[in-house]
Amino acid sequence: MTTKIIYLDHAASTPLDPAVKKEMDAIKTYANPSALHQLGLEAKEILNNSRSKIAEILNCKPEEIIFTSGGTESINLAIKGIAQNKGHIITSKIEHPAVLETCKFLEKNGFSVTYLDVDKDGLVNPKDIEKAITKETILISIMYANNEIGTIQPVKEIAKIAKKHNIPFHTDACQAGFLDLNINADLITLNGSKIYGPKGIGILYKKKSIQLEPLMHGGGQEFHLRSGTENLTNIVGFAKALELAQKEDNNKIIKLRDYFIEKVQKEIPRTFINGHKKERLPNNANISFLDVEGESILLYLDHKGILVSTGSACSSEKLEISHVLDAIGIKHDAAHGSIRFSLGKSTTKEELDYVVKELKQIIQSLRMLSPIHLNKEEIRK
Amino acid sequence: MKIIGYKQDKAWLYSNKVKEHFFNPKNIFKSDQELEDYKNNADGIGQVGSPACGDVMEMFIKVKDGKIKECRWRTFGCASAIASTSILSEMVIGKTLAEAKKITPKDIVKALGGLPARKIHCSILGDQALRKAIENYEGKK
Repeated sequence: MTTKIIYLDHAASTPLDPAVKKEMDAIKTYANPSALHQLGLEAKEILNNSRSKIAEILNCKPEEIIFTSGGTESINLAIKGIAQNKGHIITSKIEHPAVLETCKFLEKNGFSVTYLDVDKDGLVNPKDIEKAITKETILISIMYANNEIGTIQPVKEIAKIAKKHNIPFHTDACQAGFLDLNINADLITLNGSKIYGPKGIGILYKKKSIQLEPLMHGGGQEFHLRSGTENLTNIVGFAKALELAQKEDNNKIIKLRDYFIEKVQKEIPRTFINGHKKERLPNNANISFLDVEGESILLYLDHKGILVSTGSACSSEKLEISHVLDAIGIKHDAAHGSIRFSLGKSTTKEELDYVVKELKQIIQSLRMLSPIHLNKEEIRK
Repeated sequence: MKIIGYKQDKAWLYSNKVKEHFFNPKNIFKSDQELEDYKNNADGIGQVGSPACGDVMEMFIKVKDGKIKECRWRTFGCASAIASTSILSEMVIGKTLAEAKKITPKDIVKALGGLPARKIHCSILGDQALRKAIENYEGKK
């Protein structure tokens, strides 16, 4: 018998894979990769090897990989790096705040932005993208997979449309490190913390023909696109983590996830699943429980050692629901009780059985406390 | 390997008082039957809030000789909303109606050992629901 934590918040952050840690620990050099002496050259070689390894995975040239401090920086570099003069950007309503807030910032500075609607499953319609293109459009930025509901966008199709109209296409692939990354996008953002790699490291894949202005000016590292001494240990860790993620067989986790979703729906009445049934991240289960509030569920689960996350957040005036659930048309009353379970490589069936058992109890108790009874047929706007 | 669970002992978002009332709410209904019976016998019932905003509170009171003899409640909301209604249900017992009406959100927050600023609004609903329940009782008289 044992007590332990059941971590189902891998979409927020993953633990460091021991194999990744091992490669990082092996880096002994402290020299600057730009230095011309023997230690510097050794560091440079490690840097180049990591870059080549990633380039091989992404089927691109090494000089098309730019190391950054993480997903947020890569996204900022991709979007602001392109948006130098006036112009029009196409994105979606369900992007990560790193994209949405960057776009809002650019709007304040004279750019125009189209935030595309998504359907009830969270899918962007590629036809809507084509319709939104104007003569002024300078960038299309659509996420590969949604961090909250897990919906995977038709990025290859979007890439084709972008190419047809000769508009750069950026995709935030932070949640998609385990998916096929050969998608013909012009700019791809990836980060280490979601793929069992180190935090504080990410990349921007940038097709050679795309011109970007840097955010960081300085010593001219990363092909003059990201000045600052390279974080060698993290870079090595990122390369290993991406290699492992791309080798991973997703079927095991998909099976577990489907088992979990089915069991929750069977055991707990008045629940519904958010996101697309098939086009969904292998480890994502976003579930709404009617008549109860998400933070309460989260903290009761936490009390039982089960760590999850919720889409809603308390602001000063009212409980705000997630912009993603809002965009897929879930009514506010129903959206408050949404929980994101994101499974990981170490998740077992036994753990999930324990989660369902505790969850069932928790939902029952909270419903007993709740004075509301929503109509299951009216969860959508 | 058998999982028998885990005691939450690392870090907690709120005060210990909130923890106590959130995980062991006082004066609640244990079954639908108990709730139905109470609904029919309560002297006053008051409800405030809306599901869309994320907080709904309902208070039931029984009154004897001008004092609140019993108080039960139901809450849809976050941990601080649940804890604040729970502690309020303890605070009002034995109070005269006039005294109970004077309870402010500040009193509730103080009793809970403080709440994060962004959560203060949650406790405001409890006293409103209580006042409604008292008014409901007074209207019936």
